[in-house]
Amino acid sequence: MSAKNESFAKTLLVAVTLCLVCSVIVSSAAVVLKEKQIINASLDKKKNVLVAANLLKADTDIETAFANIEQKFVDLDTGKFIELDNPQSFDQRRAAKTSELSVEIENDLAKIGRRSKIAKVYLVKDQQKVDTIILPIHGKGLFSTLYGFIALEADKQTVVGLKFYEQGETAGLGGEVENPLWLALWNGKKLMNSDGEPALTLVKTIPKNEFEVDGLSGATMTTRGIQNMLDYWLSEDGFGRFLSRLDVKNGEA
Amino acid sequence: MAIDTKELKDVILKPVWDNNPIALQVLGVCSALAVTTKLETALVMCMALTVVTAFSNLLISLIRTQIPSSIRIIVQMTIIASLVIVVDQVLKAYAFQTAKQMSVFVGLIITNCIVMGRAEAYAMKNGPVMSFFDGIGNGLGYSVILISVAVIRELFGSGSILGYTILNPVKNGGWYEANGLMLMPPSAFFIIGFLIWAIRSWKPEQVEDAD
Repeated sequence: MSAKNESFAKTLLVAVTLCLVCSVIVSSAAVVLKEKQIINASLDKKKNVLVAANLLKADTDIETAFANIEQKFVDLDTGKFIELDNPQSFDQRRAAKTSELSVEIENDLAKIGRRSKIAKVYLVKDQQKVDTIILPIHGKGLFSTLYGFIALEADKQTVVGLKFYEQGETAGLGGEVENPLWLALWNGKKLMNSDGEPALTLVKTIPKNEFEVDGLSGATMTTRGIQNMLDYWLSEDGFGRFLSRLDVKNGEA
Repeated sequence: MAIDTKELKDVILKPVWDNNPIALQVLGVCSALAVTTKLETALVMCMALTVVTAFSNLLISLIRTQIPSSIRIIVQMTIIASLVIVVDQVLKAYAFQTAKQMSVFVGLIITNCIVMGRAEAYAMKNGPVMSFFDGIGNGLGYSVILISVAVIRELFGSGSILGYTILNPVKNGGWYEANGLMLMPPSAFFIIGFLIWAIRSWKPEQVEDAD
């Protein structure tokens, strides 16, 4: 390191050159790999929808299986289906952070602050008739916000499956929300009572009836988070209005 | 530039046992706690860190005669940060599931003391080829500890290795009562402590003098 390196001009030159070179490298990596990353992210999401709906078998091709699933947008305030001008660009998570596109939650059970006015739901249909309703849900656990899907049968009460696609809970404890054996317990449970109110509870004892699911041992806070997010998303303020409007025979709302 | 094979061997193998970045220098422990609950994430982390250390050493060594000493730390940091971003992008494109589990820890390689420490201590004073291998060597040293810790934690915490069940845990209907402590960050501290104990019993010259 000679003295000529220490001049002001040299320092500036090194700093500017380095920044330019590094920024070109970083941005080209981002641009070149972007397409692949988007494909990955969308495949991952589709896979999780299929898992929630119990449609993913070992040899299922994700794209073909997903072709039978219809995406719909719901206005959560009215519970009606709406058409978006640009459905591809809809991002529910970003919408929840934008003040015009979201509302503040009054009874914030899921501890998420705001929610998007519009939600993207998935319907598995047989002709016109709805077989399975797949709803996106999210809420705070212990360390992280859990994002997932819950799939309901056409009676709007019975759980087909539950799947979380993003969570940062303690591996082995709260992280067991991803354990397929635990998730399998949800199939056939009743989420709502006959009045359409959330009725499912996660319990610490052995479940006695179809309204109870065995909570995760060692993960009280995560379990409570799941309970709260289900209570919120199935309430009037969440998907309640949509579920009561939805006509499963004709697939309309 | 002639390469001295003995020096090359030293540069690669010394950091594994004699001058291990985690066990002797006690650097980079943060990520060793965070990504070792499963062997898979630990392996990806080791590869990512080794690649970043090797290439940051190489690049910094190449331009070491041009770096003004007043901004040398920030120059090193910029190079390291750029490499880490590129690695993170590559992982998101080609190892999406694992990258998702590792979340912020790939990005946190930027702050890993090993990378910065090797850049400052070795690459600023030595030629590019040796610096590159010094990075590989230190990455290997880090990997040895990380992989040992991850094997122990995953085996006793979840009863599996790389996701394959070895000890069938009770919660999946087996017999093995999983050790929950192994899944918590403190267990990595204990395991690293035991490993340091083992290495220093084997190589007593690493034991520090009492104050």
